[in-house]
Amino acid sequence: MSGFFKSSVGRKVAMALSAFFLMFFILQHFAINILSVFNPDLFNEVSHFMGTNPLVQFVLQPILIFGVVFHFTMGFILELKNRSARSISYAVNNGNANSSWMSRNMIYSGGFILIFLVIHFIDFWIPELNIKYVIGDTSGLLADGNYRYFEELQHKFVPIWRVILYCIGFVFLALHLLHGFNSAFQSIGANNKYTKSIKGIGKAYAVLIPLGFIIIACFHHLTYTH
Amino acid sequence: MNLTLQIWRQKNAKTKGKIVEYPIKDISPDMSFLEMLDVLNSQLITLGEEPVAFDHDCREGICGSCSLYINGEAHGPDRRVTTCQLHMRKFKDGDTIFIEPFRAKAFPVIKDLIVDRSAFDRIQHAGGFISVNTSGNTQDGNAIPISKHDADTAMDAATCIGCGACVATCKNSSAMLFVGAKVSQYALLPQGQVEATNRVENMVAQMDLEGFGNCTNTGACEIECPKGISLENIARMNRELMKASLK
Repeated sequence: MSGFFKSSVGRKVAMALSAFFLMFFILQHFAINILSVFNPDLFNEVSHFMGTNPLVQFVLQPILIFGVVFHFTMGFILELKNRSARSISYAVNNGNANSSWMSRNMIYSGGFILIFLVIHFIDFWIPELNIKYVIGDTSGLLADGNYRYFEELQHKFVPIWRVILYCIGFVFLALHLLHGFNSAFQSIGANNKYTKSIKGIGKAYAVLIPLGFIIIACFHHLTYTH
Repeated sequence: MNLTLQIWRQKNAKTKGKIVEYPIKDISPDMSFLEMLDVLNSQLITLGEEPVAFDHDCREGICGSCSLYINGEAHGPDRRVTTCQLHMRKFKDGDTIFIEPFRAKAFPVIKDLIVDRSAFDRIQHAGGFISVNTSGNTQDGNAIPISKHDADTAMDAATCIGCGACVATCKNSSAMLFVGAKVSQYALLPQGQVEATNRVENMVAQMDLEGFGNCTNTGACEIECPKGISLENIARMNRELMKASLK
């Protein structure tokens, strides 16, 4: 089996499996974040659970970090290999005649998502690690005794520049998913009578999830009242 | 039709090539693209210049020899045709046409527009065959029950002529559509089952060894393939390799 993952086909499958994992993670991230729009109390409780549960923190979180690092590292390695497979470029190449812009530019949409992830980690993840593991406050509470998660989320989206930055990041996520969702199924060999339905679900996922994240960011920007 | 041709000229595999401009006049829209190049070459020979070297053989879309990248597309702007089946009526009077060889590290240029596609032969040698007992007791292929769907799908895969348009058009120079078709045409039939495991493993290994890129599922190969080989064949190859690696 180790020989399989050294082959070009095996690497494609590995990319697809990490993509499935990340797409599932994005879905659950969205499901939790959308609670902040409809039910701030429930959002606080779920956030506290996710932020303090040992299984989530010390098992699932390291797996997630590995999945993210693996996906972009393998993506860059394959891109370099693919570029080396054609030493002289065409003088004229009409890529639009036979393929989508998204499918030809996954490395760029992925690269921008990576930059966005770094910003996102600086905004949310690193302060979270600081509070819990450096300062040592795992209570999840503010000085007034209420949970801090909803308040922190709303406060982050007060500056309009951050809202715009996140919206741009989500647009790149949508572009990446518009090809990536269906591509992952094709890579694991799932091209059959369900392909048309998978393509439809893929398009819906690629548009609705990033759009949902954009709505969440805009909602908190517009409703922050403190 | 009067046209301006921008053609890749390269003396041999070791020298550097470049695009050279050739104006050409009085081309009939009914000519095939290769006939237009024949006219150009006869003019070049009359002028005492070296004619443009390009691959061709059957000139009826069967052999897969012709291999030109025309105005940024393998086999030109038409669909489901090889270069020999492309007609000049697809272009307009006054057009500039760029003609380049199929580009891939695994397809080195031999001269001008001719590339060495023997990497495909080596992939075929690695597993694109079945072993049949020819002692006289061979079972008649028609006596083996095969579903109509499988027979048709295998036949569709077998229509691949190995022209290399998939590699040429893929942004990664991937050969997975070709190898997928060759694996599929046997994987779908009972005759192909005996060597199924080794076939897919050896063909994929040889494909990787030849230096082709990885497929990123852009689907460009399927669109540009003159025989309409489907991406389903790549998915089938992936499944076959997964199955083989678990054995």
